[in-house]
Amino acid sequence: MVVGASAAGLAAAETLRREGFDGTLTLVGDEPHAPYDRPPLSKQVLSGEWTTRQLPLRPCADLDALGLDLRLGIAATGLDLADRTVRLADGSRLPYDGLIVTTGVRPRRLPGDGGAHVLRTLDDALALREKLTPGCRLVVVGAGFLGAEAAAVAWRLGVHVTLLEPAPVPLAHAVGTEVGRVLCQVHLDRGVELRTGVTVAEVTEEGVRLADGEVVEADEVLVAVGSLPGTEWLADSGLTVGDGLVCDEYCEAAPGVYAAGDVARWHNPLFGTSMRIEHRTNAAEQGMAAARNLLAAPDARKPFAPVPYFWSDQYDLRIQAYGCLRGHDEVTVVEGDLGERRFVAAYRTGERLTGVLAVGMPPKAVRAWRRAIAGGAAWREAVPAGGTEAA
Amino acid sequence: MRVELDVPKCVASGQCVMAAPDVFDQRDDDGVAILLQEHPGEELLDDVREAVAVCPAAAIRLVER
Ligand SMILES: Cc1cc2nc3c(=O)[nH]c(=O)nc-3n(C[C@H](O)[C@H](O)[C@H](O)COP(=O)(O)OP(=O)(O)OC[C@H]3O[C@@H](n4cnc5c(N)ncnc54)[C@H](O)[C@@H]3O)c2cc1C
Ligand code: SF4
Repeated sequence: MVVGASAAGLAAAETLRREGFDGTLTLVGDEPHAPYDRPPLSKQVLSGEWTTRQLPLRPCADLDALGLDLRLGIAATGLDLADRTVRLADGSRLPYDGLIVTTGVRPRRLPGDGGAHVLRTLDDALALREKLTPGCRLVVVGAGFLGAEAAAVAWRLGVHVTLLEPAPVPLAHAVGTEVGRVLCQVHLDRGVELRTGVTVAEVTEEGVRLADGEVVEADEVLVAVGSLPGTEWLADSGLTVGDGLVCDEYCEAAPGVYAAGDVARWHNPLFGTSMRIEHRTNAAEQGMAAARNLLAAPDARKPFAPVPYFWSDQYDLRIQAYGCLRGHDEVTVVEGDLGERRFVAAYRTGERLTGVLAVGMPPKAVRAWRRAIAGGAAWREAVPAGGTEAA
Repeated sequence: MRVELDVPKCVASGQCVMAAPDVFDQRDDDGVAILLQEHPGEELLDDVREAVAVCPAAAIRLVER
Protein backbone atom coordinates (compact mmCIF):
# COMPACT_ATOMS: atom_id res chain seq x y z
CA MET A 1 0.00 0.00 0.00
CA VAL A 2 1.15 3.52 -0.78
CA VAL A 3 -0.28 6.47 1.17
CA GLY A 4 0.04 9.88 -0.54
CA ALA A 5 -0.84 10.05 -4.25
CA SER A 6 1.62 12.51 -5.71
CA ALA A 7 5.11 12.45 -7.22
CA ALA A 8 6.71 10.12 -4.68
CA GLY A 9 3.67 7.89 -4.26
CA LEU A 10 3.16 7.43 -7.97
CA ALA A 11 6.86 6.71 -8.54
CA ALA A 12 6.69 4.09 -5.79
CA ALA A 13 3.56 2.47 -7.24
CA GLU A 14 5.00 2.40 -10.77
CA THR A 15 8.25 0.92 -9.55
CA LEU A 16 6.48 -1.80 -7.57
CA ARG A 17 4.75 -2.87 -10.78
CA ARG A 18 7.86 -2.52 -12.89
CA GLU A 19 9.77 -4.74 -10.49
CA GLY A 20 7.16 -7.42 -10.87
CA PHE A 21 4.84 -6.97 -7.89
CA ASP A 22 1.47 -8.18 -9.14
CA GLY A 23 -0.52 -8.33 -5.91
CA THR A 24 -3.10 -5.77 -4.74
CA LEU A 25 -1.62 -2.29 -4.88
CA THR A 26 -3.64 0.39 -3.07
CA LEU A 27 -2.80 4.07 -3.56
CA VAL A 28 -4.52 6.37 -1.08
CA GLY A 29 -4.60 10.16 -1.52
CA ASP A 30 -6.62 12.83 0.22
CA GLU A 31 -6.76 15.17 -2.77
CA PRO A 32 -9.64 14.53 -5.15
CA HIS A 33 -7.45 14.85 -8.27
CA ALA A 34 -5.49 12.15 -10.07
CA PRO A 35 -1.76 12.57 -9.28
CA TYR A 36 -0.54 15.86 -10.73
CA ASP A 37 2.66 17.86 -10.81
CA ARG A 38 3.33 20.65 -8.33
CA PRO A 39 6.25 22.73 -9.66
CA PRO A 40 4.15 24.24 -12.49
CA LEU A 41 1.64 25.52 -9.92
CA SER A 42 3.84 28.51 -9.02
CA LYS A 43 4.93 28.93 -12.66
CA GLN A 44 2.79 28.06 -15.69
CA VAL A 45 -0.46 27.50 -13.79
CA LEU A 46 -0.25 30.71 -11.78
CA SER A 47 0.64 32.68 -14.90
CA GLY A 48 -2.24 31.14 -16.82
CA GLU A 49 0.06 29.75 -19.56
CA TRP A 50 -1.09 26.21 -18.84
CA THR A 51 -4.48 24.78 -18.26
CA THR A 52 -5.00 22.06 -15.71
CA ARG A 53 -4.97 19.54 -18.58
CA GLN A 54 -1.18 19.73 -18.67
CA LEU A 55 -0.77 18.87 -15.01
CA PRO A 56 -1.47 15.15 -14.56
CA LEU A 57 1.72 13.19 -13.92
CA ARG A 58 0.52 10.40 -16.22
CA PRO A 59 -2.15 10.10 -18.90
CA CYS A 60 -5.25 8.20 -17.72
CA ALA A 61 -4.35 5.20 -19.85
CA ASP A 62 -0.92 4.83 -18.22
CA LEU A 63 -2.45 5.17 -14.76
CA ASP A 64 -5.10 2.55 -15.58
CA ALA A 65 -2.41 0.20 -16.84
CA LEU A 66 -0.95 0.02 -13.33
CA GLY A 67 -4.04 -1.81 -12.11
CA LEU A 68 -4.25 0.16 -8.87
CA ASP A 69 -6.84 0.12 -6.16
CA LEU A 70 -6.90 3.92 -6.33
CA ARG A 71 -8.58 5.67 -3.40
CA LEU A 72 -8.66 9.39 -4.01
CA GLY A 73 -10.30 12.08 -1.92
CA ILE A 74 -9.87 10.13 1.30
CA ALA A 75 -7.25 10.67 4.01
CA ALA A 76 -5.39 8.07 5.99
CA THR A 77 -5.97 8.86 9.66
CA GLY A 78 -3.95 6.25 11.49
CA LEU A 79 -1.56 3.34 11.31
CA ASP A 80 -1.47 0.19 13.40
CA LEU A 81 1.95 -1.41 13.05
CA ALA A 82 1.14 -4.56 15.00
CA ASP A 83 -1.98 -5.33 12.94
CA ARG A 84 -0.46 -4.00 9.73
CA THR A 85 -3.51 -1.88 8.96
CA VAL A 86 -4.06 1.70 7.84
CA ARG A 87 -7.16 3.56 9.07
CA LEU A 88 -9.00 5.79 6.63
CA ALA A 89 -11.17 8.82 7.29
CA ASP A 90 -14.36 6.84 6.58
CA GLY A 91 -13.55 4.51 9.47
CA SER A 92 -12.44 1.60 7.30
CA ARG A 93 -9.22 -0.32 7.93
CA LEU A 94 -7.06 -1.57 5.11
CA PRO A 95 -4.55 -4.36 5.70
CA TYR A 96 -1.11 -4.18 4.13
CA ASP A 97 1.95 -6.39 3.82
CA GLY A 98 4.24 -3.53 2.89
CA LEU A 99 3.65 0.22 3.25
CA ILE A 100 5.24 3.26 1.64
CA VAL A 101 4.49 6.62 3.24
CA THR A 102 4.53 9.51 0.74
CA THR A 103 2.32 12.09 2.41
CA GLY A 104 4.50 15.09 1.55
CA VAL A 105 4.26 18.37 3.41
CA ARG A 106 1.64 21.02 4.04
CA PRO A 107 2.22 24.76 4.25
CA ARG A 108 3.05 26.41 7.54
CA ARG A 109 0.51 29.06 8.43
CA LEU A 110 0.54 32.33 10.32
CA PRO A 111 -1.83 33.62 13.00
CA GLY A 112 -5.00 35.05 11.49
CA ASP A 113 -4.27 33.80 7.99
CA GLY A 114 -7.65 32.17 7.37
CA GLY A 115 -8.28 34.56 4.50
CA ALA A 116 -4.75 34.38 3.13
CA HIS A 117 -3.50 32.21 0.29
CA VAL A 118 -1.03 29.37 0.53
CA LEU A 119 0.41 27.60 -2.51
CA ARG A 120 0.69 23.85 -2.33
CA THR A 121 -2.22 22.30 -4.20
CA LEU A 122 -3.89 22.79 -7.53
CA ASP A 123 -6.89 24.30 -5.78
CA ASP A 124 -4.58 26.78 -3.98
CA ALA A 125 -3.02 27.82 -7.30
CA LEU A 126 -6.35 28.31 -9.06
CA ALA A 127 -7.73 30.34 -6.15
CA LEU A 128 -4.69 32.64 -6.16
CA ARG A 129 -4.59 32.98 -9.94
CA GLU A 130 -8.18 34.19 -10.01
CA LYS A 131 -7.25 37.08 -7.71
CA LEU A 132 -4.11 38.22 -9.50
CA THR A 133 -5.58 40.98 -11.64
CA PRO A 134 -3.52 43.92 -12.94
CA GLY A 135 -3.10 46.64 -10.34
CA CYS A 136 -4.04 44.48 -7.38
CA ARG A 137 -1.72 44.63 -4.36
CA LEU A 138 -0.18 41.33 -3.34
CA VAL A 139 1.91 40.83 -0.22
CA VAL A 140 4.04 37.68 -0.27
CA VAL A 141 5.21 36.64 3.17
CA GLY A 142 8.49 34.75 2.81
CA ALA A 143 11.05 35.26 0.03
CA GLY A 144 12.19 31.65 -0.28
CA PHE A 145 12.05 29.93 -3.67
CA LEU A 146 8.28 29.49 -3.58
CA GLY A 147 7.54 33.09 -2.57
CA ALA A 148 10.06 34.39 -5.11
CA GLU A 149 8.54 32.38 -7.97
CA ALA A 150 5.04 33.52 -7.11
CA ALA A 151 6.22 37.13 -6.87
CA ALA A 152 7.84 36.89 -10.30
CA VAL A 153 4.68 35.54 -11.92
CA ALA A 154 2.45 38.08 -10.17
CA TRP A 155 4.73 40.90 -11.34
CA ARG A 156 4.37 39.68 -14.94
CA LEU A 157 0.60 39.77 -14.53
CA GLY A 158 0.76 43.46 -13.64
CA VAL A 159 0.26 42.95 -9.92
CA HIS A 160 1.88 45.33 -7.42
CA VAL A 161 4.03 42.93 -5.37
CA THR A 162 5.61 43.37 -1.95
CA LEU A 163 7.88 40.61 -0.65
CA LEU A 164 8.39 40.46 3.11
CA GLU A 165 11.30 38.47 4.49
CA PRO A 166 12.59 38.12 8.06
CA ALA A 167 16.22 37.40 7.09
CA PRO A 168 18.53 40.27 6.11
CA VAL A 169 19.17 38.57 2.75
CA PRO A 170 16.61 36.10 1.37
CA LEU A 171 17.86 32.52 1.03
CA ALA A 172 21.22 33.43 2.54
CA HIS A 173 21.06 30.51 4.99
CA ALA A 174 20.79 28.15 2.01
CA VAL A 175 22.81 29.72 -0.81
CA GLY A 176 25.08 32.19 0.98
CA THR A 177 24.87 35.96 1.27
CA GLU A 178 26.43 36.97 -2.05
CA VAL A 179 24.43 34.53 -4.15
CA GLY A 180 21.31 35.41 -2.15
CA ARG A 181 21.86 39.07 -3.03
CA VAL A 182 22.16 38.30 -6.72
CA LEU A 183 18.98 36.25 -6.62
CA CYS A 184 16.97 38.97 -4.90
CA GLN A 185 18.33 41.74 -7.13
CA VAL A 186 16.21 40.36 -9.99
CA HIS A 187 13.09 41.35 -8.05
CA LEU A 188 14.36 44.81 -7.24
CA ASP A 189 15.27 45.39 -10.92
CA ARG A 190 11.64 44.92 -11.83
CA GLY A 191 10.27 47.20 -9.19
CA VAL A 192 9.04 44.48 -6.88
CA GLU A 193 9.25 45.84 -3.38
CA LEU A 194 11.42 43.68 -1.13
CA ARG A 195 11.52 44.38 2.59
CA THR A 196 14.02 42.30 4.52
CA GLY A 197 14.48 41.97 8.26
CA VAL A 198 10.74 42.23 8.84
CA THR A 199 8.72 39.69 10.78
CA VAL A 200 5.02 39.30 10.13
CA ALA A 201 3.06 38.85 13.35
CA GLU A 202 -0.33 38.16 11.83
CA VAL A 203 -2.51 38.43 8.79
CA THR A 204 -5.37 40.92 9.17
CA GLU A 205 -8.33 42.22 7.17
CA GLU A 206 -6.20 45.05 5.76
CA GLY A 207 -3.12 43.04 4.94
CA VAL A 208 -0.46 41.97 7.40
CA ARG A 209 0.69 43.34 10.74
CA LEU A 210 4.42 43.33 11.39
CA ALA A 211 6.02 42.50 14.74
CA ASP A 212 6.61 46.23 15.36
CA GLY A 213 2.93 46.99 14.82
CA GLU A 214 3.15 48.47 11.32
CA VAL A 215 0.41 47.38 8.94
CA VAL A 216 1.32 46.60 5.33
CA GLU A 217 -1.87 46.90 3.31
CA ALA A 218 -2.75 44.36 0.66
CA ASP A 219 -5.65 43.11 -1.41
CA GLU A 220 -4.30 39.57 -1.32
CA VAL A 221 -1.77 37.89 0.96
CA LEU A 222 0.26 34.81 0.06
CA VAL A 223 1.88 33.02 2.98
CA ALA A 224 5.02 31.15 1.84
CA VAL A 225 6.87 30.51 5.08
CA GLY A 226 7.87 26.90 4.66
CA SER A 227 6.14 23.66 5.37
CA LEU A 228 5.44 20.93 7.88
CA PRO A 229 5.77 17.22 7.11
CA GLY A 230 2.50 15.32 6.67
CA THR A 231 3.01 13.03 9.65
CA GLU A 232 0.03 13.88 11.91
CA TRP A 233 -1.71 10.67 10.90
CA LEU A 234 1.29 8.72 12.24
CA ALA A 235 1.34 10.46 15.62
CA ASP A 236 0.25 7.50 17.76
CA SER A 237 1.64 4.79 15.47
CA GLY A 238 4.89 4.24 17.33
CA LEU A 239 6.96 5.35 14.36
CA THR A 240 9.65 7.94 15.05
CA VAL A 241 8.57 11.36 13.82
CA GLY A 242 10.89 14.35 14.08
CA ASP A 243 10.74 16.87 11.27
CA GLY A 244 9.61 14.07 8.97
CA LEU A 245 9.19 10.33 9.27
CA VAL A 246 12.58 9.11 10.41
CA CYS A 247 14.11 6.35 8.27
CA ASP A 248 17.43 4.57 7.89
CA GLU A 249 19.61 4.68 4.79
CA TYR A 250 17.27 2.22 3.04
CA CYS A 251 14.34 4.62 3.58
CA GLU A 252 12.87 2.13 6.06
CA ALA A 253 11.03 3.48 9.11
CA ALA A 254 10.01 0.13 10.64
CA PRO A 255 9.96 -3.43 9.31
CA GLY A 256 7.93 -3.31 6.08
CA VAL A 257 7.30 0.44 6.34
CA TYR A 258 9.19 2.81 4.04
CA ALA A 259 8.93 6.52 3.31
CA ALA A 260 9.82 8.73 0.35
CA GLY A 261 9.57 12.31 -0.85
CA ASP A 262 9.04 15.51 1.11
CA VAL A 263 7.83 13.64 4.22
CA ALA A 264 10.86 11.37 4.57
CA ARG A 265 13.84 12.10 6.78
CA TRP A 266 16.49 9.52 6.04
CA HIS A 267 20.19 8.99 6.43
CA ASN A 268 21.99 9.86 3.19
CA PRO A 269 25.29 7.95 3.28
CA LEU A 270 26.79 10.08 0.48
CA PHE A 271 26.82 13.06 2.84
CA GLY A 272 26.91 11.04 6.05
CA THR A 273 23.96 12.89 7.50
CA SER A 274 20.22 12.71 7.99
CA MET A 275 18.22 14.90 5.62
CA ARG A 276 14.73 15.68 4.42
CA ILE A 277 14.46 17.14 0.94
CA GLU A 278 11.58 19.04 -0.63
CA HIS A 279 12.64 18.69 -4.26
CA ARG A 280 10.70 17.28 -7.13
CA THR A 281 13.40 14.93 -8.45
CA ASN A 282 14.03 13.50 -5.01
CA ALA A 283 10.37 12.59 -4.65
CA ALA A 284 10.55 10.37 -7.74
CA GLU A 285 14.00 8.93 -7.05
CA GLN A 286 13.24 8.15 -3.44
CA GLY A 287 9.84 6.69 -4.32
CA MET A 288 11.62 4.33 -6.69
CA ALA A 289 14.31 3.47 -4.15
CA ALA A 290 11.82 2.79 -1.36
CA ALA A 291 9.75 0.54 -3.64
CA ARG A 292 12.80 -1.47 -4.71
CA ASN A 293 13.98 -1.90 -1.14
CA LEU A 294 10.54 -2.96 0.01
CA LEU A 295 10.52 -5.78 -2.55
CA ALA A 296 14.18 -6.76 -2.18
CA ALA A 297 15.53 -9.53 0.02
CA PRO A 298 17.06 -7.97 3.17
CA ASP A 299 20.65 -8.38 1.98
CA ALA A 300 19.86 -7.10 -1.52
CA ARG A 301 18.59 -3.69 -0.41
CA LYS A 302 20.52 -0.61 -1.53
CA PRO A 303 21.15 2.53 0.54
CA PHE A 304 19.57 5.61 -1.00
CA ALA A 305 22.52 7.97 -1.59
CA PRO A 306 21.49 10.59 -4.14
CA VAL A 307 22.93 13.96 -5.06
CA PRO A 308 19.90 16.20 -4.49
CA TYR A 309 18.85 18.34 -7.45
CA PHE A 310 16.65 21.40 -7.49
CA TRP A 311 15.63 24.03 -10.00
CA SER A 312 13.66 27.26 -9.76
CA ASP A 313 12.42 29.67 -12.44
CA GLN A 314 12.15 33.36 -11.68
CA TYR A 315 11.57 35.89 -14.47
CA ASP A 316 14.15 34.89 -17.09
CA LEU A 317 16.46 33.17 -14.60
CA ARG A 318 16.75 29.44 -14.25
CA ILE A 319 18.47 28.47 -11.04
CA GLN A 320 19.79 24.92 -10.70
CA ALA A 321 21.42 23.39 -7.67
CA TYR A 322 23.06 20.04 -7.00
CA GLY A 323 23.99 18.57 -3.65
CA CYS A 324 23.70 20.14 -0.23
CA LEU A 325 24.15 23.87 0.09
CA ARG A 326 22.60 24.40 3.52
CA GLY A 327 25.08 24.55 6.37
CA HIS A 328 28.05 25.21 4.07
CA ASP A 329 31.30 26.71 5.34
CA GLU A 330 32.38 28.52 2.16
CA VAL A 331 31.02 29.61 -1.21
CA THR A 332 33.24 30.28 -4.23
CA VAL A 333 32.30 31.34 -7.74
CA VAL A 334 34.08 28.79 -9.94
CA GLU A 335 32.73 29.70 -13.38
CA GLY A 336 31.21 32.79 -14.92
CA ASP A 337 30.40 35.96 -13.06
CA LEU A 338 27.85 36.83 -10.38
CA GLY A 339 27.24 40.29 -11.81
CA GLU A 340 26.32 38.89 -15.24
CA ARG A 341 24.00 36.34 -13.69
CA ARG A 342 25.81 33.54 -15.46
CA PHE A 343 27.79 31.56 -12.95
CA VAL A 344 28.47 28.37 -11.05
CA ALA A 345 29.00 28.76 -7.32
CA ALA A 346 30.61 25.88 -5.41
CA TYR A 347 29.88 25.11 -1.75
CA ARG A 348 32.34 23.65 0.71
CA THR A 349 31.28 21.82 3.86
CA GLY A 350 34.19 20.59 5.92
CA GLU A 351 36.83 19.42 3.46
CA ARG A 352 34.40 18.40 0.74
CA LEU A 353 32.69 19.90 -2.24
CA THR A 354 29.07 19.34 -1.19
CA GLY A 355 27.06 21.46 -3.60
CA VAL A 356 26.92 23.76 -6.61
CA LEU A 357 24.41 26.34 -7.71
CA ALA A 358 24.28 27.43 -11.34
CA VAL A 359 22.51 30.23 -13.13
CA GLY A 360 22.41 30.44 -16.93
CA MET A 361 25.17 27.89 -17.54
CA PRO A 362 25.23 25.16 -20.22
CA PRO A 363 23.97 21.80 -18.91
CA LYS A 364 27.17 19.92 -19.62
CA ALA A 365 29.20 22.27 -17.48
CA VAL A 366 26.82 21.79 -14.58
CA ARG A 367 26.73 18.01 -14.94
CA ALA A 368 30.50 17.81 -14.54
CA TRP A 369 30.13 19.42 -11.12
CA ARG A 370 27.39 17.00 -10.21
CA ARG A 371 29.73 14.11 -10.97
CA ALA A 372 32.34 15.61 -8.68
CA ILE A 373 29.82 15.84 -5.83
CA ALA A 374 28.60 12.29 -6.45
CA GLY A 375 32.20 11.08 -6.26
CA GLY A 376 32.66 12.74 -2.87
CA ALA A 377 35.33 15.08 -4.26
CA ALA A 378 37.68 16.81 -1.88
CA TRP A 379 37.31 20.60 -2.04
CA ARG A 380 41.00 21.26 -2.65
CA GLU A 381 41.06 18.99 -5.69
CA ALA A 382 37.68 19.93 -7.18
CA VAL A 383 37.93 23.67 -6.79
CA PRO A 384 41.06 25.13 -8.34
CA ALA A 385 42.59 27.95 -6.36
CA GLY A 386 41.67 31.29 -7.82
CA GLY A 387 37.88 31.08 -7.60
CA THR A 388 36.38 34.23 -6.17
CA GLU A 389 35.27 33.75 -2.62
CA ALA A 390 31.69 34.87 -2.11
CA ALA A 391 30.86 34.91 1.58
CA MET B 1 8.94 0.92 -28.63
CA ARG B 2 8.29 4.58 -29.29
CA VAL B 3 9.37 7.47 -27.06
CA GLU B 4 7.50 10.77 -26.88
CA LEU B 5 9.03 13.96 -25.53
CA ASP B 6 6.76 16.85 -24.57
CA VAL B 7 9.29 19.64 -25.19
CA PRO B 8 7.30 22.57 -23.69
CA LYS B 9 7.08 20.68 -20.38
CA CYS B 10 10.83 20.01 -20.13
CA VAL B 11 12.58 21.89 -17.30
CA ALA B 12 16.11 21.08 -18.49
CA SER B 13 17.02 18.95 -15.50
CA GLY B 14 19.18 16.53 -17.48
CA GLN B 15 17.84 13.54 -15.54
CA CYS B 16 16.92 11.75 -18.78
CA VAL B 17 20.43 12.17 -20.18
CA MET B 18 21.90 10.55 -17.09
CA ALA B 19 19.38 7.69 -17.22
CA ALA B 20 19.44 7.04 -20.97
CA PRO B 21 22.37 8.82 -22.65
CA ASP B 22 21.80 6.94 -25.92
CA VAL B 23 18.28 8.25 -26.24
CA PHE B 24 18.42 11.79 -24.86
CA ASP B 25 20.69 14.79 -25.05
CA GLN B 26 20.28 18.43 -24.02
CA ARG B 27 20.49 21.61 -26.08
CA ASP B 28 23.60 23.58 -25.21
CA ASP B 29 21.94 26.97 -24.88
CA ASP B 30 18.98 26.28 -22.61
CA GLY B 31 19.38 22.64 -21.59
CA VAL B 32 16.04 21.55 -23.03
CA ALA B 33 16.03 17.84 -23.83
CA ILE B 34 16.52 16.45 -27.34
CA LEU B 35 15.19 13.06 -28.37
CA LEU B 36 18.05 11.33 -30.19
CA GLN B 37 16.02 8.35 -31.32
CA GLU B 38 12.27 8.04 -31.34
CA HIS B 39 12.41 4.25 -31.76
CA PRO B 40 15.26 2.99 -29.57
CA GLY B 41 16.10 -0.73 -29.64
CA GLU B 42 14.65 -3.07 -27.02
CA GLU B 43 18.03 -3.23 -25.26
CA LEU B 44 17.42 0.36 -24.18
CA LEU B 45 13.99 -0.33 -22.69
CA ASP B 46 15.18 -0.27 -19.08
CA ASP B 47 17.10 2.98 -19.59
CA VAL B 48 14.08 4.65 -21.16
CA ARG B 49 11.78 3.45 -18.38
CA GLU B 50 14.20 4.89 -15.87
CA ALA B 51 14.19 8.22 -17.74
CA VAL B 52 10.39 8.31 -17.76
CA ALA B 53 10.37 7.68 -14.03
CA VAL B 54 13.00 10.24 -13.05
CA CYS B 55 11.92 13.09 -15.34
CA PRO B 56 10.74 15.79 -12.91
CA ALA B 57 8.42 17.34 -15.47
CA ALA B 58 6.58 14.19 -16.56
CA ALA B 59 7.67 15.16 -20.07
CA ILE B 60 8.64 11.71 -21.35
CA ARG B 61 6.27 8.96 -22.32
CA LEU B 62 7.03 5.45 -23.42
CA VAL B 63 4.58 3.91 -25.85
CA GLU B 64 5.34 0.20 -25.91
CA ARG B 65 4.27 -1.99 -28.76
C1 LIG C 1 4.09 25.49 -5.88
C2 LIG C 1 5.26 24.56 -5.80
C3 LIG C 1 6.37 24.74 -6.63
C4 LIG C 1 7.45 23.88 -6.58
N1 LIG C 1 8.50 24.08 -7.43
C5 LIG C 1 9.56 23.24 -7.40
C6 LIG C 1 10.67 23.42 -8.29
O1 LIG C 1 10.70 24.35 -9.09
N2 LIG C 1 11.69 22.54 -8.22
C7 LIG C 1 11.70 21.49 -7.34
O2 LIG C 1 12.67 20.72 -7.32
N3 LIG C 1 10.67 21.29 -6.48
C8 LIG C 1 9.60 22.14 -6.49
N4 LIG C 1 8.55 21.95 -5.63
C9 LIG C 1 8.60 20.82 -4.68
C10 LIG C 1 8.01 19.53 -5.26
O3 LIG C 1 6.80 19.77 -5.88
C11 LIG C 1 7.86 18.52 -4.15
O4 LIG C 1 9.14 18.18 -3.69
C12 LIG C 1 7.11 17.26 -4.56
O5 LIG C 1 5.81 17.55 -4.95
C13 LIG C 1 7.10 16.27 -3.43
O6 LIG C 1 6.34 15.17 -3.76
P1 LIG C 1 5.75 14.21 -2.65
O7 LIG C 1 5.00 13.17 -3.41
O8 LIG C 1 6.81 13.82 -1.71
O9 LIG C 1 4.77 15.10 -1.76
P2 LIG C 1 3.43 15.96 -2.17
O10 LIG C 1 3.60 16.38 -3.57
O11 LIG C 1 3.29 16.92 -1.10
O12 LIG C 1 2.33 14.85 -2.11
C14 LIG C 1 1.81 14.30 -0.94
C15 LIG C 1 0.40 13.89 -1.19
O13 LIG C 1 -0.10 13.18 -0.07
C16 LIG C 1 -1.36 13.70 0.31
N5 LIG C 1 -1.59 13.42 1.74
C17 LIG C 1 -1.06 14.08 2.80
N6 LIG C 1 -1.49 13.53 3.96
C18 LIG C 1 -2.31 12.51 3.62
C19 LIG C 1 -3.07 11.56 4.37
N7 LIG C 1 -3.05 11.54 5.71
N8 LIG C 1 -3.82 10.64 3.70
C20 LIG C 1 -3.83 10.63 2.33
N9 LIG C 1 -3.13 11.51 1.58
C21 LIG C 1 -2.37 12.43 2.21
C22 LIG C 1 -1.26 15.16 -0.03
O14 LIG C 1 -2.53 15.77 -0.14
C23 LIG C 1 -0.54 15.09 -1.37
O15 LIG C 1 -1.41 14.88 -2.43
C24 LIG C 1 7.45 22.80 -5.66
C25 LIG C 1 6.36 22.64 -4.79
C26 LIG C 1 5.27 23.50 -4.86
C27 LIG C 1 4.11 23.31 -3.92
S1 SF4 D 1 14.44 14.64 -17.49
FE1 SF4 D 1 12.60 15.63 -18.26
S2 SF4 D 1 12.78 17.75 -17.59
FE2 SF4 D 1 14.81 16.86 -17.38
S3 SF4 D 1 15.85 17.34 -19.31
FE3 SF4 D 1 14.91 15.33 -19.56
S4 SF4 D 1 12.89 15.74 -20.45
FE4 SF4 D 1 13.66 17.67 -19.65
